[in-house]
Amino acid sequence: MSKASFVIRRVLQLGVTFWAVGTVLFLLFRLMPGDPTSFVVSSQMTPEARQQIIDSFGLNDPLHVQYIAFLQNALTLDFGQSFHSNEPVRSVIWTYLPNTLVLMLTAFVIAYILGITLGVFTGWYRGTNFEKTTVVTALTARSVPTFYVGLIVLWIFGAGLGVIPMSGTGTSGMEGSWWSRIFTTTFLHHLVAPAAVLAFYYMGYPLLIMRSSMMEVLSQDFIDVCRAKGLSERTIMFKHAARNAMLPILTAAAIALGYAVGGSVLIETVFGWPGIGREMVRAVLRRDFPVAQGTFMVLAATIIILNFVADLLYGYLDPRVTYD
Amino acid sequence: MATQDESSIFADLDDAGVDEGEESVNRWERSLRLWRETLGEQWRMLTDDLMVKLAMVTISFFMAVAILAPFIAPHQPLDRQYEGDAGIIIADWVDPMFIDSESAYVLGTTAEGFDIFSQLIYGSRAALLVGLLAAVFTAGIGTLVGLTAGYYGGKIDDTLMRIVDFLYGMPLLPTVIILVALLGPSLWNIIFAIIVLQWRSTARVIRSQALSLRERPFVKAAQVAGASDWHIISRHLAPNVLPLSFLYGAFAIAWAILAEAGVSFIGLGDPNRVSWGTMLQSSRAYAALDFGVWWWFVPPGICIGLVVISGFLIGRGYEEITNPELR
Repeated sequence: MSKASFVIRRVLQLGVTFWAVGTVLFLLFRLMPGDPTSFVVSSQMTPEARQQIIDSFGLNDPLHVQYIAFLQNALTLDFGQSFHSNEPVRSVIWTYLPNTLVLMLTAFVIAYILGITLGVFTGWYRGTNFEKTTVVTALTARSVPTFYVGLIVLWIFGAGLGVIPMSGTGTSGMEGSWWSRIFTTTFLHHLVAPAAVLAFYYMGYPLLIMRSSMMEVLSQDFIDVCRAKGLSERTIMFKHAARNAMLPILTAAAIALGYAVGGSVLIETVFGWPGIGREMVRAVLRRDFPVAQGTFMVLAATIIILNFVADLLYGYLDPRVTYD
Repeated sequence: MATQDESSIFADLDDAGVDEGEESVNRWERSLRLWRETLGEQWRMLTDDLMVKLAMVTISFFMAVAILAPFIAPHQPLDRQYEGDAGIIIADWVDPMFIDSESAYVLGTTAEGFDIFSQLIYGSRAALLVGLLAAVFTAGIGTLVGLTAGYYGGKIDDTLMRIVDFLYGMPLLPTVIILVALLGPSLWNIIFAIIVLQWRSTARVIRSQALSLRERPFVKAAQVAGASDWHIISRHLAPNVLPLSFLYGAFAIAWAILAEAGVSFIGLGDPNRVSWGTMLQSSRAYAALDFGVWWWFVPPGICIGLVVISGFLIGRGYEEITNPELR
């Protein structure tokens, strides 16, 4: 199969996956127990007013009518209005998604720079105590739940020492555009703790992949040739070995970034970070299902698209990959 | 596969497809022996590693605690130890023994008046239940689906793998949160929701193994000898992918416990059962952080970390068996 037809087939698959996720989501939310109207209408309302709201949200239509409307709206990225605040879901997403992206990308960049560097060293100094300690630390970092590390950090540095804020981004009352606000010291100050906790957690994955990839590369002949040429150890380590060992990291990073955005739920909840994951949790807890649905779709879409990118990236970066 | 016992696998071939009376007893004995040998060898290789041994000791310790919980724990985990003025919520706690020597509670009580030490003991039950059930089902379903897809190929393979692809598009924690919110917050629903997603990775890996195994001579020979598909899958393919299933099972323990802790922490935990996640959730709800009541929220996290890292270490030990290059 040629590359072009692989890409076309993969794009079609992407569409089918989106449809399937949307459909499952639609069914799940419609089957959720608990009267959704009881969260939008107060008990003081007259039955007429209540009925009007039910009608305006289409909650009494037959399931297939709701489903067709849902699909039509989903194509235009319209997920309806929040039951809670009456705001369109799209604008809820636009409010929260950028915060999530800033937090995740910051943590991710730090984690991958540190993780890859440490991975190169652990792969190189295989069998030493340094390697063992680093690997066990990386495993520990991945074993302790991020939200727990977050709690401990908040306890020590927030409640105890008072050097980090306990919650939020600190920019809610500020003037100016979102862009101008994220470069304020207040925002960055709020960003430090959650980003550091996340980076510590994410670091383990590139570290371990880079380590085993390095081991594989180091056993190949060209490394011996480099040694025979009399190159310094440092040159071999970074210029020759590490560059060749990078391939698995890049695709793994694309996939991991998708899951990172999907996994933003806990860290955002702990740090009160107004991101899309925390918003999804809050929407689920108050049964605001348009918002829960829309935010979930965004999280799922991130994963699906980045998996797709990883697939394409793999073929692009490694010419040995065949499409079949 | 590093661990396959060539002679016994081929020995089993001789009578593949023979279905008559007295020989069938013999056949069962043979498969039993085959399985026992495979498992025994893996166990020996696994317990060679010091870290893996430590991990196993840790898991065994928590298992013992979970089983003996009623004898170790001084109180019921959800029994109020005293009533406050309002009768419902006691916004104050008893200090632990190492702060107040008069105290009757090892780790003090929560703001709701529950004994923290007893909660910690009983919390191990929830964690291990989630971990072990999720591991068994993840590895079991994943292996079965993977072998079926890989062995039959064609349409069956396509269908099963599209389902797996779809599951790969779902973010783990958000999906579990939504499923639990839908099904109601109970430990069983949390376990179910975790299993629904987790078998995807096992299935994918086992399938690719099965794809290459089915081209191997011993499978071809079994087919020619007239062995049924089920016979080939269960007797010839399964023992060869077993190390991988175990590997994914061990990792599943860890991921499942982390997921349960996360879901409980968010507030969707089982209200009638104590888990380490729900302990963290209530400590946060009562602002234990701000009061510096660390003996409430530090121990459950350490317990989660210990069990999870043990799962990862056993998994990694297994990975080194299945892939000797890592050693």
